[in-house]
Amino acid sequence: MKVLAALSGGVDSAVAAARAVDAGHDVTAVHLALSSTPAALRSGARGCCSLEDARDARRAADVLGVPFYVWDVAERFGREVVDDFVAEYAAGRTPNPCIRCNERIKFAAVLDRAVALGFDAVCTGHYARLVDGVLYRAVDHGKDQSYVLAVLAPWQLSRAMFPLGDTVKADVRREASSRGLAVAEKPDSHDVCFIADGDTAGWLRGHLGDQPGPIVDAATGDVVGAHDGAYAFTVGQRRGLRIGRPAADGLPRYVLDVSPVTRTVTVGTAADLDVLTVMTGAPTWCGVPPSLPSQTLVQMRAHGEAVPAYVEDLPDGAGLRLQLSSPARGIAPGQTAALYDGERVLGSATIERAD
Amino acid sequence: MTYLDHAATTPMLPAAAETMSGLLGQVGNASSLHATGRRARRVVEESRETIAAALGARPSEVVLTSGGTEADNLAVKGIYWARRGADPRRRRVLVSAVEHHAVMDTALWLAAHEGASVGWLPVDSSGRVAPSVLAAAIEEAPEEVALVSVMWANNEVGTVQPIAELAEIAHGHGIPMHTDAVQAVGQLPVDFGASGVDALTVTGHKFGGPLGAGALLLGRDVEVAPVLHGGGQERDVRSGTLDVPAIAALATAVEIAVKEQPERAERLLALRSSLVRGVCAAVPDAQLNGDLSFAMDRRLPGNAHFSFPGCEGDALLMLLDARDIECSTGSACSAGVARPSHVLLAMGHDEARARGSLRFSLGHTSTDGDVEALVAAIGPVVERARSAAQ
Repeated sequence: MKVLAALSGGVDSAVAAARAVDAGHDVTAVHLALSSTPAALRSGARGCCSLEDARDARRAADVLGVPFYVWDVAERFGREVVDDFVAEYAAGRTPNPCIRCNERIKFAAVLDRAVALGFDAVCTGHYARLVDGVLYRAVDHGKDQSYVLAVLAPWQLSRAMFPLGDTVKADVRREASSRGLAVAEKPDSHDVCFIADGDTAGWLRGHLGDQPGPIVDAATGDVVGAHDGAYAFTVGQRRGLRIGRPAADGLPRYVLDVSPVTRTVTVGTAADLDVLTVMTGAPTWCGVPPSLPSQTLVQMRAHGEAVPAYVEDLPDGAGLRLQLSSPARGIAPGQTAALYDGERVLGSATIERAD
Repeated sequence: MTYLDHAATTPMLPAAAETMSGLLGQVGNASSLHATGRRARRVVEESRETIAAALGARPSEVVLTSGGTEADNLAVKGIYWARRGADPRRRRVLVSAVEHHAVMDTALWLAAHEGASVGWLPVDSSGRVAPSVLAAAIEEAPEEVALVSVMWANNEVGTVQPIAELAEIAHGHGIPMHTDAVQAVGQLPVDFGASGVDALTVTGHKFGGPLGAGALLLGRDVEVAPVLHGGGQERDVRSGTLDVPAIAALATAVEIAVKEQPERAERLLALRSSLVRGVCAAVPDAQLNGDLSFAMDRRLPGNAHFSFPGCEGDALLMLLDARDIECSTGSACSAGVARPSHVLLAMGHDEARARGSLRFSLGHTSTDGDVEALVAAIGPVVERARSAAQ
């Protein structure tokens, strides 16, 4: 097959591309430029986007002996991922930009272009398994990234290649080292790749400005503090609340709700965070849609646990209702609920409401 | 392999490679006073005489540099500083809107850090600066102009500028004129003295010499402040131990390139004509950019530059590369991301036309087979790239 390997400059995508070469595919490597003004050097915990990362990607392609190009997707990434990220926070929701990037950039804009240019598949370093077009969790559950891929539809998965799903991270590093890939010891990337210093609240402030408002205690209705912008808070957050005095019940306070219209951040106890029912928007199924209602596993955060849930269509058919078997905490609108049948990924939907 | 990117760099002439490799094992700092140093110095000075003779300059007018970018920096910054030092009113730098980044970004740096103001000389749709445009720009405030810099021939679309006329206008106001001639040497007759310019940039690897060796031809009476400070090896305006093997190879290459220029230009002109005919036949809506007259005083004989409507240049490049045909999309930033060419935009084309463009440049090793390979591939490649841009 003609395979387009996306190289971020990190160790995972480099080993994934190497395995595609070993499998006998005709591999061409691309590094996706996500910013029109990339920084010269990598900073903080970022694992992509700087010129240094572009160079690392180029050197990996050299070692593999495959052609290398940079594809400029900055405009599309800015529109579909960064703008969406800002708009979601401004609306009091909690987005996952990696999911949007997979859904709209890597396995949409890039995949479409690759197919049009004659490629059969796009290969990435995601930790997930694809068996006959069916998506499963990676064997390394600690690194499993099936959650951020659960948004992909069958037409996207049929053109995807994830060669690392059957390997644990430590072995991927060892393999990179034995292949002579200089990125073998490069630290893992985490946080949001386009926020260099990891200060999401500060970055959002730069985009949305100060929007001061009250912090209200759900138990008493009292204003217990003030904030500079509701967008800096997500449901379940405890740090950074700056509540001057302890609550009457003596229990710590967590963010329960973020309401940008009234600029109100509502706080309450840990117990108030418990959620048993989740409503979502329309689901994307990774394969044949399951017959509902049905008992599945649901995961609602990138590294969260999967909990059993009873899933049914909403009466209007525009979404799902998830009845959790045990309470979940820190569930915010905008997050993705990924549904699993054991290790198999069924699909996903965006959380609209949690009670 | 079909190499159609000679404007980026062209293979070293075998004689130049031989000169260089013959000297690589020899010790000698051309500034040393002993016999070994004198031997090295003799190679440098003979090379300087060869370069000067080939390009219509005097040996004392050859300032050896590490290449075109350094020569451009020395000319633009050095003349600006010297002229401003002599009269603080002189802060305007007039440069064409189609300059190479080595001139363009140097002028922008002077504006950002040294109080300069940049006057961009607009070009017509073929990429040429009209003499009347320069005259008008100078006449706004002649006493404020520090220097004029207009390239001899454009690296992207191959347009040749009326350098002698422009120099005459600048000199009418006592203003020095620099030209970046890196694309011209070997393709066109280049005579420093006859052109009337005060400073002229050349670089070896565009005409069969080594990478990393070039020169600024600098009139004897032109005041220039140094950019590289140190031992003062080159006329006290350029310091650094001289690269004797590379300088000797530069001389070998320029001598051959200039001697063979008339015959080579005729050959490239014919090859280019069949390339343009073939591409236009394979892709009927291909748009040729630059001067549509193929006369040698208007367009570099080895240059062909097209826009392919509905295509992205980087997709075309990748598809051709996969077929072992190598060309260029024009400007690329350090990450390798293609940006719409400032040259095409300055010529009045829109971003889509600029993004969908490719440069094919011919040189001394180009053959009929190269053109045939491109003409055979370009139709299907354009069709494929078009479907990817939908």
